[in-house]
Amino acid sequence: MTSRSIMLEYVARSAYWLMLLASVWILLRGHNAPGGGFIAGLMAVAATALLAIVYDVDSARRRLPLQPLQLAVAGVLLALISGIPGVWDDNAFLTHQWWGIEVGNNVFKLSTVIIFDVGVFAAVWGAFATYLFALLDTQGEVT
Amino acid sequence: MLVLSPLLVPLFTAVLTVLLQRHQRAQQGVSIAGAVVLLLCALWLVQEVSSVGRIQLALGNWPLPFAIEFVADRLSALMVIITAVLGLGVLVYQTSIAEPASESAMLHPLLHGLLAAVGGAVLTADLFNLYVWFELMLITVLGLLVVQDGYRHTEAAFKYFALNLLGTLLFLATVAMLYGTTGQLNFSALADAAQHPELKAVIPVYVAMLMSAFLLKAAAFPLFFWLPASYHSLPAPVLALIGGLITKVGIYVLLRLMGEVFIDQPAVFYEALGWIAIATMISGVLGAAYHWDLRRILAFHIVSQIGYLLLAVALATPASGLAGVFFMVHNILAKAALFLIAGIMWQAAGHYDLRRIGGLYPARPLLAVLFLIAGFSLVGIPPSSGFWGKFLLVQESFVQGRYLWGGLALFVGVLTLYSMVKIWLEGFWKPHPQGTAVTATNRQLTPAYAVVLVLALLLLVTGLYPEPLIQYSEAATSMLWQESAP
Repeated sequence: MTSRSIMLEYVARSAYWLMLLASVWILLRGHNAPGGGFIAGLMAVAATALLAIVYDVDSARRRLPLQPLQLAVAGVLLALISGIPGVWDDNAFLTHQWWGIEVGNNVFKLSTVIIFDVGVFAAVWGAFATYLFALLDTQGEVT
Repeated sequence: MLVLSPLLVPLFTAVLTVLLQRHQRAQQGVSIAGAVVLLLCALWLVQEVSSVGRIQLALGNWPLPFAIEFVADRLSALMVIITAVLGLGVLVYQTSIAEPASESAMLHPLLHGLLAAVGGAVLTADLFNLYVWFELMLITVLGLLVVQDGYRHTEAAFKYFALNLLGTLLFLATVAMLYGTTGQLNFSALADAAQHPELKAVIPVYVAMLMSAFLLKAAAFPLFFWLPASYHSLPAPVLALIGGLITKVGIYVLLRLMGEVFIDQPAVFYEALGWIAIATMISGVLGAAYHWDLRRILAFHIVSQIGYLLLAVALATPASGLAGVFFMVHNILAKAALFLIAGIMWQAAGHYDLRRIGGLYPARPLLAVLFLIAGFSLVGIPPSSGFWGKFLLVQESFVQGRYLWGGLALFVGVLTLYSMVKIWLEGFWKPHPQGTAVTATNRQLTPAYAVVLVLALLLLVTGLYPEPLIQYSEAATSMLWQESAP
């Protein structure tokens, strides 16, 4: 990056967390309304991309929970594992299990679907971050 | 779970191999162990479907036709076991020094990802899901092209990517339109919907689009030029897996879609497909005759053999399906064996260009024998496995009165012989142009020889004792082009 923009840097710092928060909201919202792991993962990548472009690839990479490729693979693993409990009850793979926990008047629904969705979220975030960093890195070499 | 094992086992293995990236030996071990487990699962699956015939599984217990359905029958189980055999063979071969692929950290994950994609593509009974597996196949092959360093590979990867993406997009667009028209994605539901009299006029348009997409992916005439342009730059083991298997998955899907889902198409389709098959055969074999690079010759022969398989689809009867399936098994084995032999030849003689090597017969008699077995099978000299494949196919075209197609298929066999004789004379028979350059035998080649030996034995057995495979294929293809197909 040839020129720095102080204002953009300042905004990006807080916008990063806001975007991640929004992506988690979309992730959880996916249960009853449009949303879900894939689209939330894309939003998270947008946040990472913002940091990578405004600052540099390294600082964006440092903010990820894992190395990008490992994040992607951990996501795939999580999604695969979430399908296994369903098999115990003689059901097909990926038959999801639901439990309700009553707290006061509310029922919090717990399920293996959320594990699957978090897995997809991590897989998309990690995979696209890998591509993104690879692209931005070569750009640096050329110019 | 057994139905899903051909995709779950490689997926888990791929994940594990990524996690073991830093530990090369452990990664290799896990990778080979995963391939062994896959092979065992495949054997079990074949055993199961041979007794019960057909295993269905609707993912997530959703009701059909909304669930993504996976179906294992004899046909898909056969593809699964071939995939598993090739996967294991390639990974074992990779441990030798006969032009292994560079051991980058992503090689094993990508190879297992590819196996998972093939497993998914042959087992799924859902059109959109099929698209997803084809996409995964495209991505992993692209990755395999890219992880090999160097400009040559990047160029090959780009050609592969651009043309296959076109096919994928066409496929996706057709899936969307079919879904918009019929409201179905499940194969059997689509088969029912396609029979609807109101849709009789529009379905053939979609089928034509689907056919074009898969013909591109299977490298049929006139869209085959991407294949020799991209494949020749791959190292031998990866090339054996990709060249042996991937284009055939396109043919397998075509056979399934034409034979089970859209069975009743206008006659002009089959006529066109037949001529495309003949053109593919001839252009492939002529391209091979022109080239001197071993890998290019073999890559063009993939194209030519695809023509035979297309001819089986074009003839559109259970008997031609049987011929096609038998031919496919033989061809995947023979092709993979030849690519692996080419890798050993490269190691021993130092080059892929036939003009610059030679003298392999006195130096490597075992390799020469193995080449003869695989080469004769490819040509179809009796009693090799290729002979039975071609015999069944040509017989069926004569029975249907397609004398020209059958005759041309035989003629292409003669031209194939020319290519194999060229490799034999140049690579094995004539002395090496630089006198000595055949390198000393090396113990590290043992795994490579072992793999090729097993493949050659499989070819010999199917050639000398074809009855079990013919019976199995007959049972596997009896449901093709039947009105009452499930």
